[in-house]
Amino acid sequence: MALLTFKGGVHPPDHKELSAGSPIKELEPPEQAVIPLSQHIGAPCSPAVEIGQEVRKGQLIGEPGGFVSAAVHASVSGKVVAMKDILNPMGRMVRSVVVQNDKKEEWAPLQDNPDYMKLSPDELKEKIKNAGIVGMGGATFPTHVKLSPPKEKPIDVVIINGAECEPYLTADHRLMVESPGEVLEGLKILMKILGVNKGYVGIENNKPDAIEKMREAASSEPHIEIVALEVKYPQGAEKMLIKAITDREVPAGGLPMDVGVVVQNVGTAFAVYEACRYGKPLIERVVTVTGHGIANPSNFRARIGTPIRELIDAAGGFTQDAVKVVLGGPMMGFAVSDLEIPVTKGTSGVLVLSKSEYAPAEKFGPCIRCGRCIDACPMGLMPSMLSILSEKGFYEDTKEYNIFDCFECGTCTYVCPAKRPIVQLIRLAKMLVKR
Amino acid sequence: MAVAKKEQELIVSVSPHIRSEESTSRIMWTVTLSLLPAFAMAVYYFGPRAVYVTALCIVGSLFSEWLVQRMAGKEITIKDGSAFLTGVLLGLNMPSSVPFYIPLVASFVAVAITKQLFGGLGYNIFNPALIGRAFALITWPRAMTTWFTPTAAFMGMDATTTATPLGIMKEEGVQKLLEVFGDKMTLYTKLLIGYRAGSLGETSVIALLIGAAFLLYKRYISWHIPVSFLATVGVLTWIFGGKEGLFTGDPIVHLLSGGLMLGAWFMATDYVTCPSVKKGQIIFGIGCGFLTALIRLKAGYPEGVMFAILLMNCFTPLIDRNLKSRVFGARKEAGK
Repeated sequence: MALLTFKGGVHPPDHKELSAGSPIKELEPPEQAVIPLSQHIGAPCSPAVEIGQEVRKGQLIGEPGGFVSAAVHASVSGKVVAMKDILNPMGRMVRSVVVQNDKKEEWAPLQDNPDYMKLSPDELKEKIKNAGIVGMGGATFPTHVKLSPPKEKPIDVVIINGAECEPYLTADHRLMVESPGEVLEGLKILMKILGVNKGYVGIENNKPDAIEKMREAASSEPHIEIVALEVKYPQGAEKMLIKAITDREVPAGGLPMDVGVVVQNVGTAFAVYEACRYGKPLIERVVTVTGHGIANPSNFRARIGTPIRELIDAAGGFTQDAVKVVLGGPMMGFAVSDLEIPVTKGTSGVLVLSKSEYAPAEKFGPCIRCGRCIDACPMGLMPSMLSILSEKGFYEDTKEYNIFDCFECGTCTYVCPAKRPIVQLIRLAKMLVKR
Repeated sequence: MAVAKKEQELIVSVSPHIRSEESTSRIMWTVTLSLLPAFAMAVYYFGPRAVYVTALCIVGSLFSEWLVQRMAGKEITIKDGSAFLTGVLLGLNMPSSVPFYIPLVASFVAVAITKQLFGGLGYNIFNPALIGRAFALITWPRAMTTWFTPTAAFMGMDATTTATPLGIMKEEGVQKLLEVFGDKMTLYTKLLIGYRAGSLGETSVIALLIGAAFLLYKRYISWHIPVSFLATVGVLTWIFGGKEGLFTGDPIVHLLSGGLMLGAWFMATDYVTCPSVKKGQIIFGIGCGFLTALIRLKAGYPEGVMFAILLMNCFTPLIDRNLKSRVFGARKEAGK
């Protein structure tokens, strides 16, 4: 079958080979877990514990601050020793709970549900909400909110996003290879909650082993289809994924539910299964530690709140020419200089770039109007014009070029031969222009 | 071996953290390289004068770029290949016999005035090499239209002046052209390999197509402008180009003659001065083709490629503004 895809996009070298063959290893829990009370899009949590209090693994420590919010749980057992503001990768200060690990690994009471499929959709949704699950591909939108579409938006398709189109990252890849059954059960739960009988798992074709494992696992599921996608960035962007698989186009400014689709990441599906089956809250996730600046690229299952320094050390540490640490993938991730930043629910990878991979971008030239960014833009925008208008300070005029349809995937900036900071100029204009 | 890293040593910048290998100067030098076959044929047909004229254009272009940037206190960018490429294109658009000052003045007009004074790379409205050539043609009409027969100069043959195939066709008709070249097949073959009078780099269609194929393969240019340009010229000259009524023209002669191949593949496709959206490029190509055919068939000049492209350059901003790319998920505008 022909590989499905969308129009536009780019083919950066994916370097998945660095860590794709490395099975997920349990990472030693940290001495101190630093757990931010806001790891999601939406209202931050308010602390549910006090300094000096003993907590168990999985115990609620952050009460959701509203409907669009996600509960936060202790990832180790021990004592709350501090509440402090830490810098998150986006450069904002976030209130965080510091738990001193007593190494006892004592769980808070969890509710086992061997017959989880017999629960009602609302009960399942409640479990997901209580587990604090968010979109684990990096967007960190609270999952229970996505599963509560308004009545006038009927949903008929659920897609599990296994594209993992960001170069280097292999966390979702490994999860599909090692736990295909769990991911599939997660999808079935999501389908049940939404009352949908068509489910897809979309996987880029550079993960043939994942496609095979998922197909095997889904062989007796008539309503679930595993589809191979062309390897192309940003294939895993929701709108591109929906277009590739269902040929539906999410209207400009709209959401996937406008075309009857809900998309969830592989890691999210796995967490949904664990929450519904074992009552387990989201306190750990798979993180790829990779790049040519890392001695032994690996995939870890790490507790939320583990400082990234510990992940880097566990992967053999930096190589001689490591120059940049990125949380997430190279296209949309955030560079950080503080290695005490903890792993959060949205941390899919710790990427360490070496001098040879790193593209210095301080110097850039004028736009030569070559049109590469226009051909590559998955949203069909004219990034060249947007960048020129923003550069010259004509922020209002960028609206005429549909600036708010840009989701900042960075494709334009990747292809630009003049090395222009296109997506940065677009972000600037977005902030300054009145909607 | 693990290495301790001080946090201060880590670079922090915004995404994306990787960039493609492509660069402006690599594009410029690659396009220059793609003109090598045409240049080689120019040297073969017109001898050392081809090297001399092209070199003058390159030197003039580089000097002009340096001079204006120096005066304006800007960064000197003569190494990026852009001015060099303009020089090469201008050189290939000159007759072999021009006196030394024409290439120098034309390249100054091209690079200093048309490009740098309009804001430098990326901001010029018109194709610099073509403005340089247009200026020279209008200022020195005789020198710019004195053509020598290709002589394969190394073989010691004497050069004589002659008219270009399009010139002959314009003045004396296609019958005369056939008399000069012998029969139809000989005519086509000679046009294809470039054994005819004309500007240095425009004559050898084969050499130009080799360069164009290379650029297409590298995806430095797309088919949209050249194909719509050539197709329009072909259709219009076929319909209106004949003396015996409609549909009696010879489109093949028109396609293989003049500066059409050089213009369509290498000049009309100049990134800066052509539309950047594909559907706009097709409109642009059709416009170039229409104006070329109009000038060739109905105007005073035998050749119209240069003026056609320059005129369409004026429309580029308008085309780009009105034919934007289709936004993903754009709603069909109801009732319009």
